[in-house]
Amino acid sequence: MSFASAQFLAFFAVLFVLYYLIPRRHQWKLLLVGSVFFYFFAGWYCLVYIGVTAVTTWLAARKIGALQARQDAWLRERREELNKEARKARKAADKKVRWRWALGSMLLNFGILAVVKYTDFVLGSVNGVLSAAGAGTQLPLANLVLPMGISFYTFQSMGYLIDVYWGKYPPERSLGRFALFVTFFPQLIQGPISRYNDLSQTLYAEHRWDSRQIAMGGMRALWGLGKKLIIADRLAIPLRELTAAPEEYAGLYVLAVMFLYAVQLYADFTGGIDITIGVAQMLGVKVTENFERPFFSKNIAEYWRRWHITMGTWFRDYVFYPLSVSKGVLKLHQKARARLGEAGKRVSVYLCTMILWFVTGLWHGASWNFIVWGLLNGVVILVSQECEPLYARFHGRFPGLKGTFGYRLFEVGRTFVLMSAIRVLDVYRDVPLTFRQVGTVFTSFRPSVLWDGSFLELGLSAGDWLIAALGAAALVVCSLLGRREPVRQRLVRRPSLAWGGCAALVVCMVIFGVYGIGFDATQFIYNQF
Amino acid sequence: MEELLDILKSLHPDVDFEHCDSLIDDKILDSIDIVSLVAEINDAFDVAVPAEEIIPENFNSAQALWEMIQRLDEA
Amino acid sequence: MRKKLIFTGVLWCVLLAVALWLLNALFMPKYMSEIPEGALIAEYYNETADHDVVFIGDCEVYENFSPDVLWREYGITSYIRGSAQQLIWQSYYLMEETLKYETPKVMVFNVLSMQYGEPQSEAYNRLNLDGMRLSPQKLAAVEASMTEEESMLSYLFPLLRYHTRWSELTAEDVKYMFHRDPVSDSGYLMNVEVRPAENVPEGAPLADYQFAEVCYDYLDKMVELCENHGVELVLIKAPSLYPYWYGQWEEQMEDYAAEKGLKYINFLELIDEAGLDFSTDTYDHGLHLNLYGAEKLSHWFGSWLRENCPQVADRRGEEPYETVWNEKSEAYAQRKAQLEAAWAAEQKEEPEA
Repeated sequence: MSFASAQFLAFFAVLFVLYYLIPRRHQWKLLLVGSVFFYFFAGWYCLVYIGVTAVTTWLAARKIGALQARQDAWLRERREELNKEARKARKAADKKVRWRWALGSMLLNFGILAVVKYTDFVLGSVNGVLSAAGAGTQLPLANLVLPMGISFYTFQSMGYLIDVYWGKYPPERSLGRFALFVTFFPQLIQGPISRYNDLSQTLYAEHRWDSRQIAMGGMRALWGLGKKLIIADRLAIPLRELTAAPEEYAGLYVLAVMFLYAVQLYADFTGGIDITIGVAQMLGVKVTENFERPFFSKNIAEYWRRWHITMGTWFRDYVFYPLSVSKGVLKLHQKARARLGEAGKRVSVYLCTMILWFVTGLWHGASWNFIVWGLLNGVVILVSQECEPLYARFHGRFPGLKGTFGYRLFEVGRTFVLMSAIRVLDVYRDVPLTFRQVGTVFTSFRPSVLWDGSFLELGLSAGDWLIAALGAAALVVCSLLGRREPVRQRLVRRPSLAWGGCAALVVCMVIFGVYGIGFDATQFIYNQF
Repeated sequence: MEELLDILKSLHPDVDFEHCDSLIDDKILDSIDIVSLVAEINDAFDVAVPAEEIIPENFNSAQALWEMIQRLDEA
Repeated sequence: MRKKLIFTGVLWCVLLAVALWLLNALFMPKYMSEIPEGALIAEYYNETADHDVVFIGDCEVYENFSPDVLWREYGITSYIRGSAQQLIWQSYYLMEETLKYETPKVMVFNVLSMQYGEPQSEAYNRLNLDGMRLSPQKLAAVEASMTEEESMLSYLFPLLRYHTRWSELTAEDVKYMFHRDPVSDSGYLMNVEVRPAENVPEGAPLADYQFAEVCYDYLDKMVELCENHGVELVLIKAPSLYPYWYGQWEEQMEDYAAEKGLKYINFLELIDEAGLDFSTDTYDHGLHLNLYGAEKLSHWFGSWLRENCPQVADRRGEEPYETVWNEKSEAYAQRKAQLEAAWAAEQKEEPEA
C-alpha cells in the first residue's frame, strides 16, 4: 500500500490508536505485527523473501557474536601464559571463522537481491550482444517480481551483519526484535537505510503519549504527503508525456525535463521520507535524516553528503572504506607511487571512487542508464577534485569573491544544473537516447515553445502549472526558513497556528492533490441514451 | 607524530592540524581524504588501518590518529 | 493548559470538517444549465405528496411519459424515477429506496437495461448515483455499479472525485451550492424540439441475445420486492426506435412476464394505436419522444391503466393532490411555453434543412 492511499491512512490510524492503548512493553510487538501486515499487503511471496533475510542475518550475527565471546573468554583465561604472537594468531584464526559466517550470509542475501534485480538485466545485455553478433537465438527473460523494498532492507540487514562482524556492537538476541528492525514499515518502501545501533535506541523502547512529538511527526508526515500529492504527482504528468515520445520533445523540452525531474524527484523522494520520519516520530521512533536541503549544495561531493544521506554513508562505510584499505588496493597505491611519484598517490583512490560509483549506479537500478549515471557522478567528483588548485588560483586572484552571496548563488546554481543534467539518465529509455536528447538542446533550441502554449499540451493546464510553481516556491521558502530550526518546531509552540496550518494544508491537498479519476466534463456529453 | 602532521599538511595545507579536533565533524576531511590518509599511514608507518577503525573518533584530530596508529601497531 | 490544547484541537477539527463540507457542496456538479439529467434523481426528495404510479428506468421513461397528462386526463398521480443509462441494479435499489418513502399502487419498469450485465461507465454512474441520499440502498447501488477504477470512498465524499473542478468552477456552482432549480416535471424531462426519424437502421446482429443472468436476478428481486409491498409491477418497452430492440429480446421478456404473471407492454407494437408519428413526435430522430409524443403516449397509457389497474384511483378533487398537481400543471404549462418559444426562435435563426 502506498503512503498516499486511503488504505495506508486507515492502517496507520488503527495502529496508532492501538499503540498508545496497549501496555507499553508490548508496543514493539505491535509494530512488528503491523509491519508484517503492511508487507503482507504487498504480496505474501514478499514475506518469504524478507523472512529469509531476517532469519539468516539474525542467525549469522548470533553465531559471529558467540564466536567472538568464545574467543574473548579464551584469551582472558590464558592472559598470563600467551605471548603477543600467540594471541595474534588465535585472533586471526577466529576472525577467519567469523568471516566465513558473515560471508555466507552476505553471499546468500546479496545473491537473492542480485538474482531478482539483475537477472533480466544480464539476460537482456547478453541478448544485445547476441543480436549484435548476428545470432538468431535470444535468451528468454525471467520476469522475476521484485519484492517491495528489497534493496533497502537487504542493505540495512547486511550493514548490521558487517557491524557485528567488526565488533561494533553485540548481536541482537531476540529474533522478533531483529525482524522488526528489518521490516519496520515506515521505511520499507523507500528507506532510509537505518543503522541498527541508531534505530534500536528508540525502536524497542516504551513510548508514552507525547503530544509535542506526535504533533511534530504529524505535521511532518502531512507536509510530506502534500509534497507528493500536489507537486510530485502533478509534475509526473508532463514528465510522462515528455519522455514517452522523446522524438517529439527535443531541444528546450530536454532542458525542461531536467529541471522538472529535479523538482519532481525531490518532492517525491523527500516527501516520502518526510512521511516515513513523521510517521515514525508519531510512534516515538527516531529515524535518521536522509536529506539536508541538498539543492543548496555548493559542489557535487557536498550534494552527495546531503542527498539520500543514508545510502551515501552506507556505500562509504561498507564499500568505499573496506575497498580502499584492502591489501590489494594498498599494494597498488605503493606501486603507483613508486612509479608515478606524487601523482601516483591518487591512482588507487580514484580507482576506488569509480568502483564505488559503479556499484552505486548498479544499486539504483538494473540498467545501463544507472551505471552510466553512477560513473558520470564519479567522474564529475574526481574532475572537481583535480580542479581544486585551479579554483584556488582563481580565488587568489579575486580574493573578495569567495563567500559573497552572489558567488555562493553561482555555486549552488552550478551544482543544481550539473546534477539535473546527470540525472536525465534516470528518465529516458536508454543511454544513447539520453545523449541524443541532450545533444538536441544545442542543435534544435527553439525558445518559442516557452510562450506559444506548447507547455499547455503536456497534460497540465495553466492553472496546474501555477500550482506546481507555487508549490515549488513554498518548498524553497520552507527550506530557507528551516535552516536553523525546522518550521514545525516553531509552529508547535503556537498551537493555533499549527492547527490552522495543518487544516489549510489538508484543504489544499484535497483540492489540488493529483489523485482519483479526473473530472472530465466532455465524458458527460449526452449522446445516445 | 611529526611525520603524521606532514602527511596531513600535504592533504590540506591551509588547515591547523595541531589544534583542530573536529576534522570529521566539521567536514574538513572528506572520504577521499580519509582513504588517502589511510594509504599514506600504511606506507609511512607500516600500519594497516582496518575498515572498522574508520570512525569519527579516530580521525577527528591528529592526536586521535596518532593514538590509533600506536594502538594498531602494538596489537 | 491541557484543556485549552484539546479545545483548540477539537475546534480546528470541526472547522476543517465544516470547510470540507462547504467545499463539497461547491465542487459537486450542479447539472443546472448543462446535462440536466444529472439533477433528476435528487429531485424526487422534494416531492410533498405520494404517488400511485412510479416509473423506474432509463431515458426511455423520463423522456417518454408526461405525468401531467396522466393527472389532467385521468387524475392519476405519478412520478418518474428515471436517469440516464440507468442500469438494472440501480433501478432495483431506486425501487427499494422509493418504497421507504411511499408505497405506490403500480411500479412501471422499462426493460431496455436488461441488455447490460456489467457496469458501463463511470460518468453515467455518477449521474445516476450522486443524487441519491445516503442510505443502505445507495451503498448497495454503488457497490453493484462501480467500474474498476472507482472507489466507494469517492461516493461518500464526492469532493474526492470532483476536486479537479477547481479550475472550472463558475458562478452557477456558488449559486446552487445549497439548492437546485427543478429541471423536470415529476421526473419528466421536457423537450419540444422536432427532428423527424428517417432511415432508422436495423440492429446489427449480435453474437449472443441471451440477457445476462445478473439482470434476471435483479428482475426477480424486483418482482419479489413489489410482491412483498403489495405493489403491482408492470413491465414496458418504450417506443424508441433506437437503440434497436431485437425480436430475441422481445421473446425473452414475453416469456418472463408470462412466467411471473406480469403485465408487459411493448409500445413498439402500439405506435400506430397510440397515434405516434415519428416525423413530428421525436426530438432526436427516433431515440426519444418529444413533448408531443410523450403526451400522446401518456394519453394511451393512462387509459390502459384505467382499464387494467383498477387499484390506481382518480385523485382529482382530493387533497392534497388537487393543490399539489394544480401547481405542477402550472409549472408544466409555463415550461412548455418557454421551451416552445425558444425552439421557435432557434428555428427562425437557422431553419433546419
